[in-house]
Amino acid sequence: MTVSILIFLPVVAAIITAFIKNGAAKHVALFFAVAELAVAVFFLSRFVPDASTQFTVIKPWIPKLGIYFTAGIDGISMVLVLLTTLLVPLIILTTYQHQYKNAGAFYALILFMQAGMLTVFTALNGFLFYVGWEAALIPIYFICALWGGENRIRITIKFFIYTFAGSLFMLIGIIYLYLSSPSKTYELNDLYNAAVTAKAQSWVFWAFFLAFAIKMPVFPFHTWQPDTYTEAPSAGTMMLSGIMLKMGVYGVIRWLIPNAPLGFLQWQTLAVILSVIGIVYAALIAFNQKDGKRLVAYSSISHVGLIAAGIFSWNLEGVQGAMIQMLNHGINVVGLFFVWDIISRRLNTRELANLGGIAKVAPQFATAFLIITLGTVALPLSNGFIGEFLLLKGVFNYNNWIATVAGLTIIFGAVYMLRMYKKAMQGGTNELTVLFTDITGTEKLVLGIICVLVIVLGVYPQPVLHISEAAVKNLIDTVNAKFVDAAVNNIR
Amino acid sequence: MDKYIWLIPLLPLAGFIINGLGRNSLPKNLIGVIGSLLVLASFIISIGVFFQIKDTGHAINVTYFDWFSVGKLKVPFAFLVDQLSAIMLLIITGVGFLIHLYSIGYMHHDSGFGKFFAYLNLFVFFMLLLVLGSNYLIMFIGWEGVGLCSYLLIGFWYNNPSYADAAKKAFVMNRIGDLGFLIAVFLIFTYFGSISFADVFGKAATMKSGDSVLVLITLLLFVGATGKSAQIPLFTWLPDAMAGPTPVSALIHAATMVTAGIYMIARSNVMFTLAPVTMDVIAIIGLATATFAALIALTQTDIKKVLAYSTVSQLGYMFLGLGVGTFTGAFFHVLTHAFFKALLFLGAGSVIHAMSNEQDMRHMGGLRKKLPITFWTMLIGTIAIAGIPPFAGFFSKDEILGYAYERSTTFYVIGVITAAFTSFYMFRMLFLTFYGKFRGTHDQEHHLHESPPTMTIPLIVLAVLSMVGGFIGVPEVLGGHHELEHFLAPVFEQSTKIVGSHHHVLHDAETTLMAISVAVAVIALVFAYVKYVSNKRVPVADSEERPLLSNLSYHKFYVDEIYDFLIRRPLDAISVFFYKVVDLLGIDGIVNGFGKGSVWTSRGLRLLQTGNVGFYIFMMVVGIVAVLVYGYTLIG
Repeated sequence: MTVSILIFLPVVAAIITAFIKNGAAKHVALFFAVAELAVAVFFLSRFVPDASTQFTVIKPWIPKLGIYFTAGIDGISMVLVLLTTLLVPLIILTTYQHQYKNAGAFYALILFMQAGMLTVFTALNGFLFYVGWEAALIPIYFICALWGGENRIRITIKFFIYTFAGSLFMLIGIIYLYLSSPSKTYELNDLYNAAVTAKAQSWVFWAFFLAFAIKMPVFPFHTWQPDTYTEAPSAGTMMLSGIMLKMGVYGVIRWLIPNAPLGFLQWQTLAVILSVIGIVYAALIAFNQKDGKRLVAYSSISHVGLIAAGIFSWNLEGVQGAMIQMLNHGINVVGLFFVWDIISRRLNTRELANLGGIAKVAPQFATAFLIITLGTVALPLSNGFIGEFLLLKGVFNYNNWIATVAGLTIIFGAVYMLRMYKKAMQGGTNELTVLFTDITGTEKLVLGIICVLVIVLGVYPQPVLHISEAAVKNLIDTVNAKFVDAAVNNIR
Repeated sequence: MDKYIWLIPLLPLAGFIINGLGRNSLPKNLIGVIGSLLVLASFIISIGVFFQIKDTGHAINVTYFDWFSVGKLKVPFAFLVDQLSAIMLLIITGVGFLIHLYSIGYMHHDSGFGKFFAYLNLFVFFMLLLVLGSNYLIMFIGWEGVGLCSYLLIGFWYNNPSYADAAKKAFVMNRIGDLGFLIAVFLIFTYFGSISFADVFGKAATMKSGDSVLVLITLLLFVGATGKSAQIPLFTWLPDAMAGPTPVSALIHAATMVTAGIYMIARSNVMFTLAPVTMDVIAIIGLATATFAALIALTQTDIKKVLAYSTVSQLGYMFLGLGVGTFTGAFFHVLTHAFFKALLFLGAGSVIHAMSNEQDMRHMGGLRKKLPITFWTMLIGTIAIAGIPPFAGFFSKDEILGYAYERSTTFYVIGVITAAFTSFYMFRMLFLTFYGKFRGTHDQEHHLHESPPTMTIPLIVLAVLSMVGGFIGVPEVLGGHHELEHFLAPVFEQSTKIVGSHHHVLHDAETTLMAISVAVAVIALVFAYVKYVSNKRVPVADSEERPLLSNLSYHKFYVDEIYDFLIRRPLDAISVFFYKVVDLLGIDGIVNGFGKGSVWTSRGLRLLQTGNVGFYIFMMVVGIVAVLVYGYTLIG
């Protein structure tokens, strides 16, 4: 069994779902998403947590141009495959109380996007990676543009052009590496061995960095994000924030740093500093946001800044922290956007000033919201803590002072998250919020699953860390060996 | 007993889960019984553990599983029970049980009864983790966990927005300290290669006194302690925390959680002893906090606020004790303070309960007759905190003051003056509440009643402990053996070795010092009696003017307002500036500028362009499909 089933099952599912008439589409989509999750779990059960790549598929595609359909799963990919396949069914479930026009098309796009993202997370050929990258972007463009809020067109176009521009730089980078590769293929291992001078690597670094920094987003490439997250339909926001931004993070780990190690070395400090600026900057902006969804959007920039800082610190703690935090951030941010979806669907507003006192009338909802909030502020024994601790430790290994600034996140995060919780849930009810009804059915199911994950992954995170540790360690060692080689050559 | 230790924290956790899930379905009495009995069960096991340690003299180490590990960084979920944690276990579960029992009566009419007990159980769980952890991260779980429970319980009546604000403030201020703690943990791991107490202290003991790494680590840990234990500059959350139900104030904000900082430093005593600079900082901050908070307490009119500032002040004494090197004395004060301050808060709760939720002492008076048990027990508590022998507070406070004298006469003098303030404001509180004529409304007077037995029994037990609790630490000069010091000796063994022999004060001087502090306390008592009983003075209404100093004290020296002006508002302004100017106009403006620029340049080519992104994407899809098809035809 190879990884291709994981990539093509959602494609087939998307095609089938596209033809399903309105009411049943969500059920069909859910069925396939769960089936995909089952496949991923099956892979997990067969997975050996060493540094090797498993379930590999290599099929010639356009061999003349060095393009192969090469994909596989190592520990790093495994975590992201789990993230994707776990969140997609949850996200589909969150839409159960929505009525979408052309529901078949809507769910088909979600499934197609899943296929694109899984391609990105497993591709071992530069061309395939790029195809997956764009294949994930197109569906989300249509999801936002067709099912989004009032300003969707203007904002979605900006989002699309911005991220697309970034990926074009990446394409140039990939082609450049291809031309310099020893056997003229797009195979990742071949690209890793491309003969590129330190100076040229500096350019390659920027070509990839722009694409990934925009995707995550890293300060100052983030301005598309709050608008897009706010305007997109909530399932789209969840796909973007829960999974898609991890394409950027993953890209840095697998494609940016190993492909341009010497370029990375030149720009490492800048990358870490930009990431850390993003943490503090976005957190400060989140302080005074009036719209709940927008507040969560800025909080996400802040959290992703820490993930990026951990990776750019390039040590075992930092990258492992990033791995587990990608999973945790995905779970928590989907929870938070769902919370705001529930509020805005019931009350038709997300303005914090119009809310208050919901905890009293909807205690179950309040409990779930609180647990997710605590996960987001990284309370120990919640999932957020492990990631944040390791990430900060990783940055600390890189530089004590930068880590101290990054550490402000634990204070600022508490400020804006508790403010949001207070404004929405505490205080007295008003004529609007007094009518708020507590969560039911699928809402309860989704929030229940998320809360369980928040706690279980916080109490016992070791199995997840174990999945990726060997692969991460191997990758870091490989790259560090190149640093050493370069240093030795320099001396000669 | 080793194999039952895991039950100690787990039983209250089970209580949290049962009461949390059954908060609306289980009958109130059952919830109260479950919540209390599970803590009692933990207490009983703790007694067993305590005696095992007392008999064998050996600490117990148990490792359960790897919480997480990355490379060399390993964090086992492991417990350490030694003399220090054994006593903490007894305080937490013992006093905790009494307060649970008390809450059955106190919270009986509250609609959130089940939730309250669930949170209280959860608190006990986290507090136990804090003292049981055998490395800094397990301690940190408890450390932040108790902060969470504090947040939940301060904001228990969150319908009142100012209570919700108080809860948030407590959490955020604690988080400021926690950042210090966390960075200290990073440094500890970096320099010691482990975060286990045993490894860290073993290596630290071989280091030079005054080593800059140790100074840095200990200062950062102390930053953590200032947050959790409400010391300058992070103390302002504790008085606000009085928004929580009174049993919470007794358990969390007096007896246990706020002493976590002292516990942590006592636990890390080796590192602190080797960092004399830090020790001086601790002594000065502790003393300053003790005095500053006592000054505020002098004029407060809310009975719980008096006790809150008193707690801040007493915690200051404990830090003074740590700073001048008497870990035993500081810890002794943690113990006695747990008894008398829990008692005083519960007594205040009983008063508030009887007064139909009135907390302003200006509307009380003459409650002695109506609430005899509350009165007598609170009197005992007041004598104990005032430092009048032979009640508990005398011995512990005097030990700290004795060491302070040894370090510096200034420390001692300020400490004694603060002790006078303490005696004054405590008796002021007692007299205003229980003496004179009743000053409340008729309705309130009509409802006055002594509290039910579930509330008075804990008062009585704590009163007895406040009376005799000091006898475990009677100094030799008074013919005692200081059992506590001998019991704790193994914990502080390394530090004692480093410092050399201890306590050089001659017995003559020691008795003189004691006589001074007792005299001072009694004079302050008399002063308060004359003012509030003989002269029947009552603090003026808020509308009337106060003398300058009294006004400053009454308004808490405007510290909150100063913080607001110096920190909150600038941050708010930066937040708005970043959002409206830097983000929307600046960065996004540049991004949009690129967009516009490309529109202008492409104007010439517009005949080829439809300007429809959907069309572009369509073309892109066609392109990708073409490549795919091309690829497959080549394969085929």
